[in-house]
This record gives sequence, structure tokens and C-alpha cells, in this order.
Amino acid sequence: MQVFDLSALDRLVQVLGERGYLVIGPVLRDGAIVYDEITSSRDLPIGWTDLQEGGSYRLHKRADQARFGYVVGPHSWKRYLFPPEVRLWQLRRSRDGYLGSRQSSGQTGDNGQLDAISPATQGDLSPPRQAFIGVRSCELHAIHIQDRVFGAGNGARGAARGTPNWHDPVYARRRHDAFLVSVQCTQAGGTCFCTSMGTGPKAESGFDLALTEVIDGKEHYFAVEAGSDRGREVLEEVPHRAATDTEAEAAARAVARSVDQMDSGVRGRTMETAGIKELLYRNQEHPRWDEVAQRCLACANCTMVCPTCFCSNVEDKSDITGEHAERWRRWDSCFHRDFSYLHGGSVRPSTRARYRQWMTHKLASWIDQFGTSGCVGCGRCITWCPVGIDITEEVAAIRASDAQHREGEKSG
Amino acid sequence: MATSATSDSPLREHGVADPMMPRPFRITRKVKETHDTVTFDLVPADGGTIAGFAPGQFNMLYAFGIGEVPISISGDPANPEVLIHTLRAVGAVTRALCDARRGDIVGVRGPFGTAWPAEQARGDDIVLIAGGIGLAPLRPAFYRFLTDRRTYGRISLIYGARTPAELLYRRELEHWRGQFGLDVEVTVDHAAADWYGPVGVVTRLLSRVRFDPIDTTALLCGPEVMMRFAIRDLTRLGVADDHIFLSMERNMKCAIGFCGHCQFGPAFVCKDGPVFSYRDVARLLAVAEI
Ligand SMILES: Cc1cc2nc3c(=O)[nH]c(=O)nc-3n(C[C@H](O)[C@H](O)[C@H](O)COP(=O)(O)OP(=O)(O)OC[C@H]3O[C@@H](n4cnc5c(N)ncnc54)[C@H](O)[C@@H]3O)c2cc1C
Ligand code: SF4
Ligand code: SF4
Ligand code: FES
Repeated sequence: MQVFDLSALDRLVQVLGERGYLVIGPVLRDGAIVYDEITSSRDLPIGWTDLQEGGSYRLHKRADQARFGYVVGPHSWKRYLFPPEVRLWQLRRSRDGYLGSRQSSGQTGDNGQLDAISPATQGDLSPPRQAFIGVRSCELHAIHIQDRVFGAGNGARGAARGTPNWHDPVYARRRHDAFLVSVQCTQAGGTCFCTSMGTGPKAESGFDLALTEVIDGKEHYFAVEAGSDRGREVLEEVPHRAATDTEAEAAARAVARSVDQMDSGVRGRTMETAGIKELLYRNQEHPRWDEVAQRCLACANCTMVCPTCFCSNVEDKSDITGEHAERWRRWDSCFHRDFSYLHGGSVRPSTRARYRQWMTHKLASWIDQFGTSGCVGCGRCITWCPVGIDITEEVAAIRASDAQHREGEKSG
Repeated sequence: MATSATSDSPLREHGVADPMMPRPFRITRKVKETHDTVTFDLVPADGGTIAGFAPGQFNMLYAFGIGEVPISISGDPANPEVLIHTLRAVGAVTRALCDARRGDIVGVRGPFGTAWPAEQARGDDIVLIAGGIGLAPLRPAFYRFLTDRRTYGRISLIYGARTPAELLYRRELEHWRGQFGLDVEVTVDHAAADWYGPVGVVTRLLSRVRFDPIDTTALLCGPEVMMRFAIRDLTRLGVADDHIFLSMERNMKCAIGFCGHCQFGPAFVCKDGPVFSYRDVARLLAVAEI
């Protein structure tokens, strides 16, 4: 393990910039800590922390000058790998007529090609290389989950049936280039449950660099681990030295603190995941779905803030001349009524069915689809739900009166 | 069309051009099937060739600037030089597509999805049950069975439409009906005076066709309620769950497993389906609004 001091953080941002990365990190904006471009460590939310509970998020001044003294905010890195909206392509109609514009030509025949101006516009498919600073362990896991969704592992089921395994070029490009600087969590957030999901709080792998911020009396430094060759190369250019035993211990203690907080219930929550897939599959008619549907506003906040939710809508449009068409992809949500629209109506008209779809997908069918849970326990959906619906409580409620036991009660 | 991931990407490259980019195809023939349904023959307009397809698969058809929708391939798999689709105009995109004329261009992505079980069904009696536009996705399977006629036992087609005027492929139906070893039964929900055939739901006709339930493969495509009733009756007669296949319909925005719209429990209908064995989806079909 290595250490570097506070000023080296600026050097790190600088080195990444020199290497052509757009550096993205936590910044304070509109009362929340979000991820945006940074140019130096001065842009970080120095001395701030976040207090989170179901339906509530507040910033609070810390007693120290911690650079990463918060947990997670409404943004996740998803927005930089799987952009909220992206133009997939543009097309121009050639001279001849096309569908829906019969006025344009009486004659038919030659040359009615869909002319590709570009498979995808430069800006969309060739984004700048991005470096993310402050990637939490749960967020690293979320990125690895989306790797499966958008490429490796996608269609594990389809493959068995001989259908191909596609990969999404928009995601692949961004993901391939992304340089990940993790920051270990030294305190749990109010709605965190990563220890239950096996996704944190300590980032073990999958990063280029991992920092642990240590504030110990007057001492304030970062313990650093490199997790890849390019991580080591970047670290070479940042002044650092080997950690002393005391420093390494202090770093380990800092991470252990967040585990203790979650385990003891001082902060954060827990979710029992044993047999969770079967639990939810056999409880698709549980009365709890009706109960939660009374509270849920179907606002889709939970899906927008979730770092793994991947649903999108595809929108085609053309300009007023009808000669130029574009296709856009935008984040979508299973909470929208039209999401499952088939002529005649939605497949899931009720909020009950939509909440059930969301939670069952996250915690159960995701496992069948991608071999992993779709939840990393980051707590965002709990914090940002306007009515404070808590996925850990919902699971607990269903578990408490599992269909199996209900059957048992009836017969017993 | 360059794809972008490099080979050491954590995401393996599929090796094809952008999977969201439609290819231009030209309409070379347009047949009006009913007042709202047409059949198109399409050939590539970009000089390329047509990838083969398996009966049951679908394409995403794109109306320039308007939208893109999943449409099953309805042609004969033994005749892959033309791509054949039958579309019913029900909304913005299908209406724009149905309004297209011979010579016009349609965007095509595909083929996508799973196939009807032509191999597994070898030696079995075959029962195809179609409702409405559901005959279109079944027609390629029917062609396949006819091509390999000796490979299968009795072949029956039960087809229901709302009215006689809404029957698809009428001339072909007449032709098939006259063939030895084929049972073709057609019914309508509402009939005018000039209709001499049966009236009522398709499942009523099950008793009119001959098959040995123990060695039967049944293929279903139509409205979900129709398929539910057909499944109920077939299983009652003794057809096994894993010998009943159905084609599911869900909203689809990408057809490649990314947009999430087509989810049906753990299945992505676009790639794990649209054709499923009843055994694989029985649990899901039992739950409303899933
Ligand atoms: C696998 C599959 C195969 C199909 N094969 C055929 C076929 O061979 N012939 C045919 O006429 N129709 C077929 N359909 C149905 C066809 O896709 C819809 O009729 C069409 O999407 C309606 O789009 P619209 O814009 O005209 O209608 P609108 O009612 O305006 O629909 C708006 C949007 O909702 C979605 N949508 C609406 N209805 C459906 C639907 N039934 N299925 C999927 N998405 C829908 C589409 O995204 C559509 O753009 C098939 C559907 C699926 C899933
Ligand atoms: S479901 Fe909630 S807790 Fe789980 S990853 Fe998504 S936002 Fe985080
Ligand atoms: S669970 Fe909460 S955040 Fe999610 S849709 Fe319902 S009200 Fe909105
Ligand atoms: S249609 Fe997009 S995931 Fe199936």
C-alpha cells in the first residue's frame, strides 16, 4: 500500500487531464453532491457530508475538511457510461420518396436509399475518455453489472436458445476508456445496505486506483492501491511513498468503521437475501404489493437514481422537411404506464404491477437474466423516493408473510 | 460502418455493424390482404443479400422518421431471396408502413428471436392454432412442415378471424384445404349470410381435427386470451407442456435485449422469445399484469 498527501490529489487530477481524460468527480450543486467535470480538488465538496433517510437527503457541514466525506448522491456513474440521452444515428433520405411522404414523388424506383450520414454522430460514439474520481465500492459493482447488461453476459438465456449476444457500442466505447478511481467508504450512509448485497464497503478489485481518505487528528492523507497497469502508470506520476504500518492500519480501520455502522444498525440497513429469487417468484400475488401501491406515486425516481437500471426508450423523429431522420435513445422506466404498451393498452396498467415488476426484476429475475442481483445496496432508491418507500422493508414484509407460510397457516 | 469497441474491451464485440441501424429494403410487391392488412415482398436496396431466417423470427421494420416496430417474417424459409411481411395497420408506425407503395423503401433490422420447433417436432402430429394476424408468424412454420411433409404426422391448421373479410391468405387457405393429409379449419366470430363455415372461438375446432395428443406438437399465435384457452384445451386432451409452443407479444424498442421493454418475467421476449415452450412460461402466464 502507498500513501499520498492532500496536494497529490491535485496532481492526480492534473495527470489524468494530461493523459486526455475528462475528469469527473463529486461536486456540490443545488443542495446535493453530484458528479460533474472537475479541474482540481478545489471542486470537491470539501467538508460536507450527506444525511440520508427514506425520502430525505440533506447536506451537513463536517467538523473536518474531508474531500470524500459524503456517501452517494442522486447521480451515479451510469450517466457517463449509459448517457441519459444519446443520438444513435441520423439518416438522410435520398432523392426518391420514402414512406409517409407520398407527395414527394409520383414515381418510384431507383435510389431510395437510407443514406447513413454516420452510423452515429462523432460526439455520441466517440466521447472523450473519462476518468471517474470517487467511485464507491457499490458503484464499481453497479458498473460490473451494467457490463453484463450491455455486453458480456447479456443474453445468457438467449445464447442457450441460439440467439446472438449483442453488445451496445455506446456503452462499450465509454466503458473501455473509463479510468476508475475508487474511494473507500469510511462511513455508511443512512440508507446503505451494501454489506447485505456483498458489494462493499471496501472496493476489492475492478478499479484502476483506490483511495482511502484518512483523517487522524492533524494528519490527513490518502492510502492508495493500484488495481491495474494503467493505474500503476498514473500513480508513478503522482508523488507518493510506501505506507507505514500505522498508516495501513489506520486505512483499514477507517473502512471497518462503515462495516460496523451497518452491522450494528447505527447507520444504514440490512436485507436478508437468502433464497430471495424464489421468495419473490412465489409471492407475485402477495398482499404487500397492493399495500405498497397505495403509497407509490409511480414517479420513476427510484429507477432514474438506480446505478443499475438500464431501461431505455428509442425515439425516431424527422425534421420538418422529412428528409432527415434521427434516432435517440433515452432513459425510460418500468414505472411509466406506456412502458409496456401494446395496442389496446398497457400490460401493467396498475401501480401494483409496476412496482412488483421493478422490485422483482432488481432482486429476482435479474439473477436469471445476468447471473447477478440487480441491486448493489446503494440506498438511492430509498433516499430519493418522495414517499420514502424502502426496498429493504418491502422484502422484509414479504418475507414475514411468505406465501409458503401463508399456505401453511391455512392448512394448519 | 465502424463499430467501436476495441478487442480488449471488457465487452466482447459481436462483429456486426451497429445493431440499431436499419438496412434499406425496397418493396417489390404489395398485396392487400384485408381492409387494414397488407403483405409486402422486400428486397435489399443496399446491394447486400438477405440473411436466412427461421420460422417464428421477426424483424424490426422502420418507417422513415416515424418509428420502428416488430413484425414477424411471414414468408417461406425455403425461398429466402425475398423477405415477406404481413402487417396490420393499428397505429402510427404500422399505418405509415401499410401506406407505403411498391418501390418505396422500408428500414429493416433483424432477423431476431427464437424459432418454432421444426426439429423437435419431427415425427409428431402438428397442430397450428392462429388468431387474427397471428397466422402471419405461423405461415413460415406451415411452409416448413409442408416442405418436409414426410417428416411429420398429420398437420392441422385452425385459424380464427373476427369476420370472413378479415381472413388472411384466403387463396392459400383454399389451396391447403384441398390437400391430402392436411386439416384446415377456419372459423369467424361474426359471420354474414354468405359464410358457410363455423362461427365461434378457435378452440371449438380442436375436436374437428385429428391428432394423437401423446405425439403432438402444437404451435399457437394470436391474442393472449385465445392462447390461454387453447393451452387449457390442449393440456386437457393430453398434449404435454413442452410440446405446446406460443409466440408472445410485448412492447419492443430495441429487439437486442437492451431497452428492457419486452420483459416477461425473467425473459426478454425479443431474444429469449418470441417463441416459448409453454413449460417455460406457464408460471408467468398464470400471473396477471406480469
Ligand atoms: C414479436 C412480434 C411480432 C409481431 N408480428 C406482427 C406481424 O407479423 N404483423 C403485424 O401486423 N403485427 C405484428 N406485431 C405487432 C406490431 O408490432 C404492433 O402492431 C405495432 O408495434 C404497433 O405499432 P404502431 O406504432 O402502429 O401502433 P401504436 O398503437 O401507435 O403503438 C405505439 C407503440 O407501442 C408499441 N406497440 C404497440 N402495439 C404493440 C404490439 N402489439 N407489439 C409490440 N409493440 C407494440 C410499439 O412500440 C409502437 O410503436 C408483432 C409484435 C411482436 C412483439
Ligand atoms: S435498487 Fe435501490 S439500493 Fe439497489 S442498486 Fe438500485 S438504487 Fe441502489
Ligand atoms: S418507489 Fe418511490 S421513487 Fe420509485 S416510483 Fe414509487 S414513489 Fe417513485
Ligand atoms: S425489445 Fe429491447 S430488450 Fe427486448
